[in-house]
Amino acid sequence: MHEMSIAQSLITILQEEMAKHGATALRSVRLSIGEMSAIVPESLSFCFEIIIEGTPLEGAKLLMDRVPLRGYCPGCDRPFDIKDFVFVCPTCGSTKIETIEGQELSIVEMEVE
Amino acid sequence: MKVSVVRNILEANERIAEQNKALFQEHHLLVINLMSSPGAGKTSLLEKTIDALKKDIRIGVIEGDIQSTSDAERIARKGVPAVQINTGGACHLDGNMIRETFPEFDFSRLDLLVVENVGNLVCPAEFRVGEDFKVMLLSVAEGDDKPSKYPLMFHESKVLLINKTDLLPYVDCSVEKIIKDSLNINPELTIFQVSCKTGEGLGDWYRWLHESVKDKSRTFKDGPHG
Repeated sequence: MHEMSIAQSLITILQEEMAKHGATALRSVRLSIGEMSAIVPESLSFCFEIIIEGTPLEGAKLLMDRVPLRGYCPGCDRPFDIKDFVFVCPTCGSTKIETIEGQELSIVEMEVE
Repeated sequence: MKVSVVRNILEANERIAEQNKALFQEHHLLVINLMSSPGAGKTSLLEKTIDALKKDIRIGVIEGDIQSTSDAERIARKGVPAVQINTGGACHLDGNMIRETFPEFDFSRLDLLVVENVGNLVCPAEFRVGEDFKVMLLSVAEGDDKPSKYPLMFHESKVLLINKTDLLPYVDCSVEKIIKDSLNINPELTIFQVSCKTGEGLGDWYRWLHESVKDKSRTFKDGPHG
């Protein structure tokens, strides 16, 4: 599993952002995790907690929002839910669609002191 | 105090992958990221592909494995440059590991670089290394439920090779189901059915890959950079 390297990347970014805002402690961080990203939230939490032990980030809560897959069909000019990983427009059957949500792996917000 | 951040967690890898890609572009080099489960036949496919194409195109290989150098040795016996990366436990290659192999290659003397990723159907799909596109291999012995269980890799790949078709009489696997489910996840997927054991179907793959290499160098010849 690659949650350990994800957790390390996450902590690097958090430390940069804390320095940027002059923060001394991290209370929580909120992530958006797309339905399509290959992340197991429990594993990520576990790795995160191990790495932050003994650092100014210790005790921080990792909050994760799962983002369902959403598509957009340029032909119909409308968004839709992608169900069961079928990447086809439900209205016109087009396969030329864009995935607009559900693949993200990003930080949204953090709470610091 | 709440602070809005909005940063991609994998941004550091994405940055390195973009730098790698820019370097590959300078050399008009086609780079493919080859992914599959352990034992699906990535190295066998590479050996066959090198035998078929090495008289026409100059190929280099980066071999990713958790441990051992046996794959790079197999490739080197084919007479092409091969560099082994041992990830020492990590389940995928990332942009930085690829970058570290650069001193071992003379990219001006290559047309195609194949990155054989660590055998794993999950993690490698999440980390770009600077490739033009991803190619995945699924063997029929793994079963026809893999597209629905591991959709990300099927979604991210440009090509799917269904390997070990010679085993179809002995396994409960429907190639039709693999194709149908894969195309639902990725309607643009190019699919080849092959057997590295008997050679069946490999000719179409060789021709497709050879064309892709030619397209890449043609793009540069006709492109704005002359």
